[in-house]
Amino acid sequence: MTTDTATPDLSTAVEAAVEAYAGDPGFLIPMLQDLQADLGYVPAEAARHMADLLHVPLSQLYSVATFYKSLSLVPRGKHLITVCLGTVCYLKGAKEVAARIESQLEVGPRMTTKDGLFTFEPVNCLGMCGLAPVMVIDDDHFTEVRPGQVPDILARYSGKEN
Amino acid sequence: MTVAVCMDTCCRAKGAEGVWSALEAARRQLAEEVAEVELKQTAAHGLCERGPLVMIQPGDIFYLNVQEEDVPEIVRETILGGRVVESLLYEDPETGKKATSSDEIPFYAKQHRIVLRHNGVIDPTSIDDYVAAHGYEALAKALTEMTPEEVIAEVHLAGLRGRGGGGFPTARKWRSCREAAGEPKYVICNGDEGDPGAFMDRSIMEGNPHAVIEGIIIGAYAIGAHEGFIYVRNEYPLAVARMREAIEAARGHGLLGPDILGSGFSFDLRINRGGGAFVCGESTALMASLEGRVGEPREKYVHTVEAGLHDKPTCLNNVETWANVPEIISRGGEWFASIGTEGSKGTKVFSLVGNVRNTGLVEVPMGMTLREIVYDIGGGVADGKALKAMQTGGPSGGCIPASLLDSPVDFDRLSELGSMMGSGGLIVMDEDTCMVNVARYFVEFLQEESCGKCTACREGVAQMSHILNRICNGDGREGDVELLLDLCDIAESTALCALGRTAPNPVRSTIKHFGEEYHEHIREKHCPARECRGLFRYEILAEQCTGCGRCLKECPEEAITGERKQPHVIEQAKCVQCGACFEACRFSAIAKV
Repeated sequence: MTTDTATPDLSTAVEAAVEAYAGDPGFLIPMLQDLQADLGYVPAEAARHMADLLHVPLSQLYSVATFYKSLSLVPRGKHLITVCLGTVCYLKGAKEVAARIESQLEVGPRMTTKDGLFTFEPVNCLGMCGLAPVMVIDDDHFTEVRPGQVPDILARYSGKEN
Repeated sequence: MTVAVCMDTCCRAKGAEGVWSALEAARRQLAEEVAEVELKQTAAHGLCERGPLVMIQPGDIFYLNVQEEDVPEIVRETILGGRVVESLLYEDPETGKKATSSDEIPFYAKQHRIVLRHNGVIDPTSIDDYVAAHGYEALAKALTEMTPEEVIAEVHLAGLRGRGGGGFPTARKWRSCREAAGEPKYVICNGDEGDPGAFMDRSIMEGNPHAVIEGIIIGAYAIGAHEGFIYVRNEYPLAVARMREAIEAARGHGLLGPDILGSGFSFDLRINRGGGAFVCGESTALMASLEGRVGEPREKYVHTVEAGLHDKPTCLNNVETWANVPEIISRGGEWFASIGTEGSKGTKVFSLVGNVRNTGLVEVPMGMTLREIVYDIGGGVADGKALKAMQTGGPSGGCIPASLLDSPVDFDRLSELGSMMGSGGLIVMDEDTCMVNVARYFVEFLQEESCGKCTACREGVAQMSHILNRICNGDGREGDVELLLDLCDIAESTALCALGRTAPNPVRSTIKHFGEEYHEHIREKHCPARECRGLFRYEILAEQCTGCGRCLKECPEEAITGERKQPHVIEQAKCVQCGACFEACRFSAIAKV
């Protein structure tokens, strides 16, 4: 067994996530989401520890973590940029907004910038179609975004680092 | 006096929290002057685009686009002075007439609200508010006065059909599940509203979560289930929070847990978040997800009502379906069946979006025509454009051309038109929308979301996407349309689940109603809507051009030349159709041809 590879911090986080759902493997996805909320991503050793605790094969955790887009096996940036690519946002120019973010930050979908500041994540629909196109950074919403506004919006978050 | 602030996802995004804090600060200051000002939060009132919304009682005053800086005026004029702030009222775009209450606004006046009746009225975080509005009375009635069979009979009489897309008769599903052998039985609420352009279920969960919970408990009683799950999209954090609070509150009031209301019936409910996979809206994929597995659908020759979650009898219904149940039990199936059409009873909630004047959440009786929804409620197409199509049913739905505007909307009629009800997204598209590009968008979406289990969907939809992309890029070939239709046949008849089987709908419906657009792309390499880059040109209209030089400065390719105060020209060989000049021109002197 590989339980001992998990460091104490990771173990605590994994155990808390498993505990929150009484160890029911049916809640594997919420457990992984909680773990990710706690650690920023799902580290391999944490996944191993969770598989052991739940008595499910590690391959199942791996398939789940790679199938569901909200889960990440690699560390994510300090700020999460979400752009809605739902139908209405798409029709109103969200693709151009996404393209501007990608070119400015030199990232592709679900990628993190080299400096670790931003992760870019396009999503299918945020259900805010009346305010399209919609872009979210962490918990801040930006509505009716035009591609030209992207540099200013991003600057607010890069500035926080200084 | 009650001051209600709409605090759902959309209103928050537009600054409702600032309005709330300003009102709260004002209320504290006013405590001595005004005896009672109750400040409460509501959610998902409907006119999402015009938020933040503030409703004041008495007087039924409805303010739109309220910002934090408007609060002092609201306090001075309305709360203290009893006067209406005209500038915050709805103004009719045709007549300029102001509307004080929401009932006077055409957007609301033509709606028939059953599911949404408490949205924007009650505080979704307060179970007491829901109870005060006769909440949980239907549950009490079902548990104390009705047998499970009687509950199913009432839902059958109502003619309720599933609001998640399929339109399957709800009572039949409940009965099959009740009669199925095997214990325990499960009920599931599908809140994995994945269709882009749809936010009805989010709004119901944010605005009136207890109605959903009450419906689920009644259903569980009818079926004989003691355990249930609500599966909500991860992209809806506020809906998750509201449902979670509501479940806790219901448990605290003895409405969930052992021996509910002293009836001897026990039931509990848990919430489960999705992981961002569209296919999990499909019932068997959702159940796989609830078992902690990858969301791959399975064949359904054994129905989920017999062997669903953990291979036990499982009844899955959508959020809106469950939310209809309490009113059916309270007011009777006959009352519900008196609304709607022959085959589709009751109302349907739509998210009316796209290029329409009034964007938002609408609930109308089944059978209302598309014209009434788009024009009378939606106020028609925005920006003076011509209507081209209405898209319903999400990525698996279809595009209905403007010529069929007088079609009544119900489950059967929409299927006849090559579209479907789906969960209720209704996207209005104007003349500037390229229908080939729309088909490409949906097919690309479905390709991305295909779980990859069956070949017809994994490979077939990918080929469709490939062909549509080439048509939009100007590389379409003769025979591409026929090839697409062949692929549609294969996917439709051989794909494993509804995602693959309905993937042809956007392609088929656009070919059927907008076939000439495909041909123009393929034969003339021209996009009639002037949307597909490379298949149209930008030209400067000499008679409109003032020679201001703005476009020249904006052009990244230095493709524009011209003397100051003289008409400019675009050198087509250099132009990359980025549209920067078009956006920059203030004199409408640049045309797409």
